Amino acid sequence: MNEVGQEDTHRTIERVARESYGRLVAYLSVDTHDLASAEDALSNALVSALNHWPQDGVPKNPEAWLLTAARHSLIDVIRHQKVVLESQPTLKFLTEDSTETTLSTQFPDERLKLMFVCAHPAIDPAMHTPLMLQTVLGLDAARIAQAFLIAPKTMGQRLFRAKTKIRSGGIPFEIPQESDLPERLDAVLEAIYAAFGIGWDDMAGADQRGRDLAEEALWLARVLLQLMPGEAEVQGLLALILHCEARRSARRGPDGHYVPLSEQNPKQWSLPLMEEAERHLTEALKPGRVGRFQLEAAIQSVHAERARSGRTDWAAIVLFYEQLLRISPALGTRAGYAAVVAEAHGPEQAIAVLDAIALDDVSGYQPYWAVRAHLLQRLGKTREAADAYDRAIGLAEDPAVREFLLRKRG
Amino acid sequence: MQFALMIYHTPEEFDMRKNDYSDPHLAAWRAYYKALVEAGVYVGANALEVPETGTTVRIKEGKRRVQDGPYADTKEQLAGFIILELPSVDAALEWAARCPGAARGAVEVRPLAPEAMRRGFTGE
Repeated sequence: MNEVGQEDTHRTIERVARESYGRLVAYLSVDTHDLASAEDALSNALVSALNHWPQDGVPKNPEAWLLTAARHSLIDVIRHQKVVLESQPTLKFLTEDSTETTLSTQFPDERLKLMFVCAHPAIDPAMHTPLMLQTVLGLDAARIAQAFLIAPKTMGQRLFRAKTKIRSGGIPFEIPQESDLPERLDAVLEAIYAAFGIGWDDMAGADQRGRDLAEEALWLARVLLQLMPGEAEVQGLLALILHCEARRSARRGPDGHYVPLSEQNPKQWSLPLMEEAERHLTEALKPGRVGRFQLEAAIQSVHAERARSGRTDWAAIVLFYEQLLRISPALGTRAGYAAVVAEAHGPEQAIAVLDAIALDDVSGYQPYWAVRAHLLQRLGKTREAADAYDRAIGLAEDPAVREFLLRKRG
Repeated sequence: MQFALMIYHTPEEFDMRKNDYSDPHLAAWRAYYKALVEAGVYVGANALEVPETGTTVRIKEGKRRVQDGPYADTKEQLAGFIILELPSVDAALEWAARCPGAARGAVEVRPLAPEAMRRGFTGE
């Protein structure tokens, strides 16, 4: 095969790996509960594809080919572990004539179960997102470690521990019952939103780490909606992510400096992404089961309106925030609320919102200090504002945000 | 648990330090220091002179070897260190990421040796 053909093959493998990774891992682990072995088997299958496909050509059904190869590898792995095969119900699953399943493209999509496993209450919440990124999307530990600001080796160990717990801790691979569903689904949504990065709430606290994962989170949200069509909050989350994603290029000036939402040029926002977001939000709101992500998306939708009307309806945003605070009074929501109260009712009222938050809770919370500094400056309290700016600057991680705040501090 | 944040500068960063001490870089460092103190994690810190001012001494086969410049022959050189009291390495990495030195150069995070080892050194 010529070089161009080889490159095509490699691209095909990459694409198949990306699209099929989660489906294959989920299917291979749904009975064994052994994610680590399923992932090992799949990576062996991918290596084998890299060896065979350039010579033999890409098989007609690449996913089925990978599944067969991964199954063989998994059997080897289990043999190596010297498990008494006969006693394992998994063996039946593994050795039963696989041709039938694999030749038809159809094998059940178990990714939803996998997502619920990753965000199971018995797993450390800090590991929900990393697990999902690895098992559903196939990101490696080093890449995940970057995003979470953890040493790659440590992230690898934590992922391994979490998978051991899944394997031996009796965590069921199933879709939760109706009564548990809202709470369990919340954890899944939370994990996807965490991947997207809490910094996208358009305060001067934009989080560098979140940005790298934005596309992965968007992918996860799309997969989840595909698996749970009609779930209002899933659709709300997708709308929220799309609205924020639409503004990606407007968030930095030509020289890389930070541009806050209020100073962004709406012409730079992506119209197709905003329209897609609006479609999802409208769908989500139809059943009338309002939730956190629908409200957050609604807030972003009001901001997006500026692209059409040239103005921002701050009163509407305040109302959405008040509903949001009733559902989830998180620190970020309260700081964001203060920022919009300032626009709707002036900085005095906004400062009162911030003053109601206990100081202990915000000593390390950068967005609080950024909002506070901004409000104090508007009130003409120069010295107090400079102090608050210092706190915000000292806690900032993104150099562009740091420069922005240093300029504003004066 | 105590951690050292060792701050490595590029030559450009060292140059900046020599020539322009009134620039906003320093404001960023001051703000960072303030945030460390307010968070109650600051133990101590110090900055080093530029690497060219260093002299390296070794005794090899009973003979003194004295050499101009810093010990390590690398582009990025140690510029200073900060000692922090923190519950975990996760928190230490968090503060390292916020350090202005991380955006232009590098910050190495390393736990201080346990108290017993330090006592062995001081003999206390």
